[in-house]
Amino acid sequence: MSLLSPSVINNLNALTGGLFLIAAFGIVATRQMLGCLRFYVAQSVALAVSAFLLGLHPFSRHLMEVCIITIISKPILIPWVLKKTMGKQVYTRREISQVLNIPTSLLIAMVLAILAYFLATPLIHATGDSRAIVVNLPIGLAGVLLGTYTLAVRREALPQLLGLLAMENGAFFAGIVIAPDLPAIAELAVTFDVLILALVVGVLTKAIAKHIGTTEVGELASLKEDASL
Amino acid sequence: MNLLIIPALPILAALICGIPVGWYVAAGATLLSSIATLLLSLESAFIVLRCGKIVSIPNWISIDALGVLILVLVAFVSTTASIFSWGYMKQETTESKKLRLYYANLNLFIFSMLAVPMIQEPNLTWIAVELTTLFSILLVGFKNTQEALEAAWKYMLLTLMGAAIALLGFLILFWAARTNLNGNAYTWSTLSLIASKMHPELLKTAFILILIGFGAKVGFVPLHTWLPDAHSQAPSPVCALLSGIETTTILYVILKLLPVFEAAKGIDALLWARAVGLISLGCAAFLLIQVKDFKRLFAFSTVEHMGIIFTAAGLGLSSGHLATIMQIVTHAVTKSFCFYAAGAALLITGTRQISKVKGLIHLNPFTGIALLIGGLAIAGAPPFAVFISEFSIVKAAILAKHWVTVTLLVLFIITAFFGVMSHINTMVFGRPESPPVAKHPLPLTCKISMVLAIVPVIVFGLYIPAQLYELLKMAALALSH
Repeated sequence: MSLLSPSVINNLNALTGGLFLIAAFGIVATRQMLGCLRFYVAQSVALAVSAFLLGLHPFSRHLMEVCIITIISKPILIPWVLKKTMGKQVYTRREISQVLNIPTSLLIAMVLAILAYFLATPLIHATGDSRAIVVNLPIGLAGVLLGTYTLAVRREALPQLLGLLAMENGAFFAGIVIAPDLPAIAELAVTFDVLILALVVGVLTKAIAKHIGTTEVGELASLKEDASL
Repeated sequence: MNLLIIPALPILAALICGIPVGWYVAAGATLLSSIATLLLSLESAFIVLRCGKIVSIPNWISIDALGVLILVLVAFVSTTASIFSWGYMKQETTESKKLRLYYANLNLFIFSMLAVPMIQEPNLTWIAVELTTLFSILLVGFKNTQEALEAAWKYMLLTLMGAAIALLGFLILFWAARTNLNGNAYTWSTLSLIASKMHPELLKTAFILILIGFGAKVGFVPLHTWLPDAHSQAPSPVCALLSGIETTTILYVILKLLPVFEAAKGIDALLWARAVGLISLGCAAFLLIQVKDFKRLFAFSTVEHMGIIFTAAGLGLSSGHLATIMQIVTHAVTKSFCFYAAGAALLITGTRQISKVKGLIHLNPFTGIALLIGGLAIAGAPPFAVFISEFSIVKAAILAKHWVTVTLLVLFIITAFFGVMSHINTMVFGRPESPPVAKHPLPLTCKISMVLAIVPVIVFGLYIPAQLYELLKMAALALSH
């Protein structure tokens, strides 16, 4: 079948990787909570698509499992859990001020993405490159770095949580290439883990909204060394 | 004996907590399950002593000497914590539903910590570690005050960020290992066998990522900032679990990886361990001096002790390994006792501020003496257990001829000793400005729990039973490659 020859698959995978990276930038910079969440969903779909493409040729049952588990859990179950726990008013909020303004933020994010390529290069050389590793490892690493950056720069609860989830997505985007034969039980357990994460953080966010009256967690800074009790 | 029974018990107890009846049922179930867990883990410790290891599901669930030691520590502290919770949590809230939620969450937290030392597949161990965070976040924020929720958020953010970084590290470790497995299953034991064959570049990256990631959760400086917040805002029995054993459980995973990374060329894993350990120890020793909140005092002392343990692990000799294991045991039992004493002081005086708790010995002699013993024991005064282990660490450092390490170790430990004791002295013997009034009486269960918790602190300081010593030596072997 010439339509899905290995080189076509590789190109499609590179395209998916690009979309994955764009989604990571979206999570860094979108003010609207809902927009942020949509970028996360898009990123997760890109992860699933990449797993599917890499699993086609040679066919890999593990990667197909990853694809199915990802599709069910991340774009569907996680937004549902968040909607259930956080409630609407947290969800429709808009973030007024970030720590840095958005253009600066995007510039730094770009530097981080480039840094990821430099960090990944010695690892790619270390093991003799297959074409998939060249795409997925640096982009996965960039995903982790951009997720970390999101945590640092966002002040609202939901984008910070999405930053965490994006880090995990990044690790797995690299993981589907470097550890394609991860046992399915580990895969399932991680998914279960991420769902508990969404549930717990959702409950915590709701408690913060209820007892403090804001979800702008970046503003919480009463615990310091010299805090008078 | 089937190991799976041990983590199944707290799960069962958590399910019982879901039944909407009075909170006594939930507390009772928690207490019974933790006592049963303790007895079963002691039994498995004796089996390990005889047979070397217990295998329940080959390549997935088994336990060796180091693991069983962690298991017993977790079970012991969770037993004393569930006794302490009985009387203590009644003062925090009287709402039956909230209390049931607390006990359910506590059981799940205990479950996750029991699971860590049993799991043999490293990727699954990562998941168990992540679960320890997830199940303790809501316990930290239990009081729903602004401070508690802030602490919970900080705790969640930093430790889960660390976990995500460590996940990448674990995946890279798996990448390095999978080409060298030769059909063997991927477990901790095969990992240490094939360590020297793995690609050094990958191993190096995995080491740094895992050290940063799990280091955030252990509380190594500079990623420790969440620790004093979370460990001071959580209810005291939870603090005892967090400080006493959760940090130890995560450190156990790093220690298990240390011999693997020692094999990597081009990176001196032991030097890293000593450097990270000494930085944590030094920063915490000086931060101890300026605290104003006595629960933060003990939290910083946890950072300090994690530093000591990691420094000891970096010494590399077999005497260093033995001292590391001893310090793990003595720290876990002593720190949990300290948090019970701090919790009792908080209950009686109603404040966490050191300057407001003066003359505790007159107000409530039992708590005053407990706090004094706790302070002395954790600061490393003889004849308590921590003194013995810290002494053997310094001795091991001298034997290894790491003179810089010896100097800094002794300097920082002494600084920390005076830091801890000056605060404890104010609290116990200080002259109060106004005649103090006890806010709450100390519940009987809290007293029972403190009496139980202090037994190993004193006994291990005077003499270490032969069988325990044997187990410690077996566990120390797991640290060498």
